Amino acid sequence: MSGTETGTGIDEVLLGFTHAVRAAGVGVTSDRARAYLEAASIVGVGDPAATRFAGRATLCASRDDLDRHDRVFEEWFRADLADPAGSPRPRERPPRALLPDELRDGPGGRADEDEPDDPVRAAASAVEILRHRDVATLDQAERAMLAAIVGALPVRLPTRVALRRTPHRRGQVDASRTLRASLRRMGEPDRVHRRRRGVRPRRVVLLLDVSGSMSGYADLLLRLGQRLVVAGAVGQVEVFSLGTRLTHLTRALRARDPERALAAAGRTVPDWSGGTRLGETVAAFNDRWGRRGLARGAVVVVVSDGWERGDPALLGEQVERLHRVAHRLVWVNPHRGKDGYLPVQGGIVAVLPHVDDFLAGHSLATYTRLLEVIADA
Amino acid sequence: MNARVADLAARLERTGYLADEDLATALFLALEMQRPLLLEGEPGTGKTALAEALAAANDQPLVRLQCYEGIDATQALYDWDFPRQILHLRALEALAADRRGDAASVEEAERSLYDERFLLARPVLSALQRAPAVLLVDEVDRADDEFEAFLLEVLATYQVTIPELGTIRAAVPPTVILTSNRTRELHDALKRRCLYHWIDHPGLDREVAIVRSRAPEVGEALARQVVAVVQQLRAGTDLLKPPGVAETLDWARALHHLGTAELDLETAARTLGALVKYRDDADRVKAALDRMLAA
Repeated sequence: MSGTETGTGIDEVLLGFTHAVRAAGVGVTSDRARAYLEAASIVGVGDPAATRFAGRATLCASRDDLDRHDRVFEEWFRADLADPAGSPRPRERPPRALLPDELRDGPGGRADEDEPDDPVRAAASAVEILRHRDVATLDQAERAMLAAIVGALPVRLPTRVALRRTPHRRGQVDASRTLRASLRRMGEPDRVHRRRRGVRPRRVVLLLDVSGSMSGYADLLLRLGQRLVVAGAVGQVEVFSLGTRLTHLTRALRARDPERALAAAGRTVPDWSGGTRLGETVAAFNDRWGRRGLARGAVVVVVSDGWERGDPALLGEQVERLHRVAHRLVWVNPHRGKDGYLPVQGGIVAVLPHVDDFLAGHSLATYTRLLEVIADA
Repeated sequence: MNARVADLAARLERTGYLADEDLATALFLALEMQRPLLLEGEPGTGKTALAEALAAANDQPLVRLQCYEGIDATQALYDWDFPRQILHLRALEALAADRRGDAASVEEAERSLYDERFLLARPVLSALQRAPAVLLVDEVDRADDEFEAFLLEVLATYQVTIPELGTIRAAVPPTVILTSNRTRELHDALKRRCLYHWIDHPGLDREVAIVRSRAPEVGEALARQVVAVVQQLRAGTDLLKPPGVAETLDWARALHHLGTAELDLETAARTLGALVKYRDDADRVKAALDRMLAA
């Protein structure tokens, strides 16, 4: 690395670098970028290692960020630092929302033939039919309609009794508060204050299988996940995708607009429609997130057909571990609602003894049921 | 390495904490830019120890705030010593029994109840008062979101307002170290205030050096053996809870107390409790030890 220590050329290169890091998926805000410039000037830009450490400390906020940062750093500064030849790559734009216009055309050809004179009734009955159709068999227009319905589903999230007591009209007498109130009035008795244990939100963790055998359902499942994430408080609902590896999707799904959220999630998942190594990915979840507390006392929902390519024994062992820390473990299998389904695949057989609820998950009606189970857990 | 970063690392080393260049740079930047430093990493990699070492190296007091679910501002900031206030009030009453109380003396009595001597300084306030100090906010991921928001406010301004007394501002902003075990994602706003560092398990030579520096009574040969086994366990064996540096130290000390100069299978098996804390893990480690020590 060469060139002057300070000067706009260097700053531009560094700023360009922050853009590239952002494009790689790290949440770099402008104040982070500013902190980076400051940090880099403190340690001296002439020192590549120190510049890298400065970037790690100021631009990153998680372990994944560190990996991404280092990758971009290698590319960006492989060339001479003083040569600002590489301009920041253009950011990927999320695909334009394709939903609302198509929706207005109605639910596709089918309903038009039935009752051409009353579009409202036609739409209503189409929705009713759609409720019980297998999601994987729908065409484009029907999917769009279903997506809109999922976006409007009422969502309740589960609660638990809080540890701390808070002031309330009824409940046990709060001696300390009562005394304080009376002290404030120079010893005059005030009304008796009471307190009781309130309710706090209970965490919900969704583990969505996005492997090839689930591809017909993944899109709608993500929408369901996004709906729950947006409905809950920050940190109340966490979504992961399972495939050949485990991916944390909550951040991507935080966007209020479902289309944007889905596009972001799509960019985050590296193993879309790949194979499944359920046992290993559930183990990865247990080790990296579950046992640390994310799954502790939470309602854990696994959506998967249990089509395990690896060792079913490992899957069984890991699901048992998950069940031990979770408040309730719900397993959703899209194939369960179909005629002639028997839980005979190795994965499902290994898992069933450790599951609290085993639900179907192939149609809108079953998803509504799933939401009820989650809310009442 | 930057000379001043190297100097910081050297000062930490004198207290027995061996920081690599990455960590030393992050810490140095946190001190220079007066920003809190957020440390994440596996349990037992020395997140809390860093704060202790920094306080010792700079000869500053260490104020520790342990977070837990349900912690609120009174437990972090300050509280009034209620029983002493009551006693004080009783004493005033006894003194004033003979003369009729006029409005002025009532007001004065009330004011005296909120005197600084009845103020119980909890960690954050005490760090501001004792600055320059090191404030360690331990396991911040265990606290609730509301507490995080409150913490954010203190970290932004380094001052605290007590309605009855006024604003207390730190003469010198304290050095703030936050640690998190990632049981939940921290809020972006808090992360943005902080510099970030992920502490990894140390490499073989560094860990041997750490054992030698923290437990000098353990011989070089034993330390090297112990660390070699632990590193292999971390890399190769599928444990529920891979041992951290803290466990390595515990184990080395346990072996030393038994008078072991060289690791053998039997003593290793007897002292495993210092190293692994799950029954399943103990079985796996025993099997792995058979392989390692037999070779």
